Amino acid sequence: MDALLQHLVNGLVLGGTYALLGIGLTLIFGLMNLVNFAHGEFYTLGAYTTFAALTLGGSNFFLAVAAAIVVGAAAGALCERLLLAPLRDESIDTTMLVMIGLWIALQNAELLGWGGVAKSIPHPFPTAPLTLGPIGIAPLRLFVVLTAAALIVLSWLLIQRTRLGRAMRATFQDRETAALMGVRIGRIHTATFAFGSALAAAAGALLGPIFLAYPSMGDLASLKAFSVVILGGLGNLAGATAGGILLGIAEELGAGYVSSGYRDAVGFVIIILVLLFRPAGLFARAERIG
Amino acid sequence: MHKRWLTTLLLAFTLGALLAPAGFAQSPVKIGVIQPLSGAVAASGNYVRMGAEIARDWINAKGGINGRKVELVIEDNKSDPKEAASAAEKLIVRDKVPAIMGAWGSSMTLAAMPKLEEYGVPMVVETSSAGNITKSGNPWIFRISPPSEMEALGLEKYVDKLGVKHADFLAVNTDWGRGAAGAFGTMLRKKGVEVDAPEFMDQAATDMNAQITKIKASGGDTLFVTTAVEQITLILKQGQEQRLTRKIITTGGSSSPSQLIKQAGAAAEGTYHIVFFMPWFPEAMPDGKLAKAFVDEWTKRGHPFEGLTEGFRGHDGIATIVEALKLAGKDDPKAVRDALWKVSFTGVNGPIKFDKDGPAGKESGQSKPSIFVVQIKDGKVALPDFMARK
Repeated sequence: MDALLQHLVNGLVLGGTYALLGIGLTLIFGLMNLVNFAHGEFYTLGAYTTFAALTLGGSNFFLAVAAAIVVGAAAGALCERLLLAPLRDESIDTTMLVMIGLWIALQNAELLGWGGVAKSIPHPFPTAPLTLGPIGIAPLRLFVVLTAAALIVLSWLLIQRTRLGRAMRATFQDRETAALMGVRIGRIHTATFAFGSALAAAAGALLGPIFLAYPSMGDLASLKAFSVVILGGLGNLAGATAGGILLGIAEELGAGYVSSGYRDAVGFVIIILVLLFRPAGLFARAERIG
Repeated sequence: MHKRWLTTLLLAFTLGALLAPAGFAQSPVKIGVIQPLSGAVAASGNYVRMGAEIARDWINAKGGINGRKVELVIEDNKSDPKEAASAAEKLIVRDKVPAIMGAWGSSMTLAAMPKLEEYGVPMVVETSSAGNITKSGNPWIFRISPPSEMEALGLEKYVDKLGVKHADFLAVNTDWGRGAAGAFGTMLRKKGVEVDAPEFMDQAATDMNAQITKIKASGGDTLFVTTAVEQITLILKQGQEQRLTRKIITTGGSSSPSQLIKQAGAAAEGTYHIVFFMPWFPEAMPDGKLAKAFVDEWTKRGHPFEGLTEGFRGHDGIATIVEALKLAGKDDPKAVRDALWKVSFTGVNGPIKFDKDGPAGKESGQSKPSIFVVQIKDGKVALPDFMARK
């Protein structure tokens, strides 16, 4: 029983971080219809920026996380302007290939710049766990989950409640009409990609200190992010959040009670089942026709 | 005009190529190296490469092999078995190397092995521990690292002193991890230790909380961990977060205790590590002078100290191949293979000499390396009390 509670808490914490990865991608993949294989590289960028700000810049931890988010947004905006803006009318396959190229280029650049040895990112939290009865949770993880939750709520508010958010939704629903209504399409594309990338960088900055920073860390992150987006339904923020938490808990319980060797398989079995029975995602409303 | 110029150039090249083998008898001897230089276990692979380069430079400084310089052709297997197989093929077919050292991980080594047999080129295995590498009847394999069974037997005499009564295993889900969990489990059961079903993790996994929670519930007193240093760091940190209070022993020699002290801090305190090189006390190694010289050279080159427990493998692997090349007298793969059976010298780890292992008629070579146990105490690496100094 104690172990079950601990597994659920672990799963929730892990799922919160998956959700953060997922909402960034669901904006880019779901709204912009862009298969962003480089999403994980913005995650890596976030972790390394935090590391650089802390060890080279000597900044404080929270400022370093903020710096990572800013750098992530700037890199995303730059990448959209340079690589994606000229291809706006191309097919989804063309942009996908461009993103695969970017993924490989960025990962090798990181390897060249930082070397293959994993970096440990220092953080100011005590390592002794906070305990509640039989359950323990590290203060850093608690901070990560709460920050992730705050970022998810902020993103939701931005998309649902602001002019910018409305313009985003309009643009990706019907570009021509949005343009006729005076929405500056180019800027909206850049802003959305930058926003999604900033969320990935935030995830990297937050998870870097829990795990380690190394050049290939983005691969696993990308994989999980795509899983979460598919689980939750394309472009569905609430779905991505719930999908992330569900995936975290499923993996944790799968490892705890089925077999730890097949931990990652548990997540993918769920995705196959979802694709078979609810192809629009677990949380999709009834399909809108036309 | 343009065309004639090109023809002349082509002719010159062709002539040059034809004359080269006869004209330059002093061409370098090539040795192939396959290591994970990128990907999940890149750190370890790069340390092995650095050690291999030290061996190369030492040999060349002493005049090379019968006056010929040694050249390393280094390939990256990207921590991926598929890449290891294609790297082996490239080294053999394109670079025509007479011998290879590789390929760090057991899964990578196993993937490269069929290529060795297909083309008939020997490989000195410097790190991999899975038992089936030397048991599967590949007569081109010569291993200087201990298989998990040998490592388990090396630990056997310390089991009582370590106070192991009830053991759990957390191992990477590869040939190495599965092999180690099996071998150590068998040895411990024979000693009357209670052993639980092993837990596994993916090579790229970063969150091991589920496994740790499960192990916590087992009520054991010792946790054996088999994986590379990156995952050991995460396990120690996550174990500390979950208050996992238990003796931890890492196997496989790839734990790099110095790196653990740096990256896991207090979480590494009290842990035991099986290592095959003790750079903290080089004088306690079988050839103290060589070990000391290696540590000094490594430091002089500015390589990180924590890499030494991997780096020596590269040195010993290349030194083994060079010994064989000297005995063979020519860089022909088959002659090098035959010469490897006659190699007998002392490397940084200790004496290297191959015994036959595997099915009769198709035996692989297996050396009997020295095995040591160290402990992290007060943020430093120390010899445990039971391992009295010589």
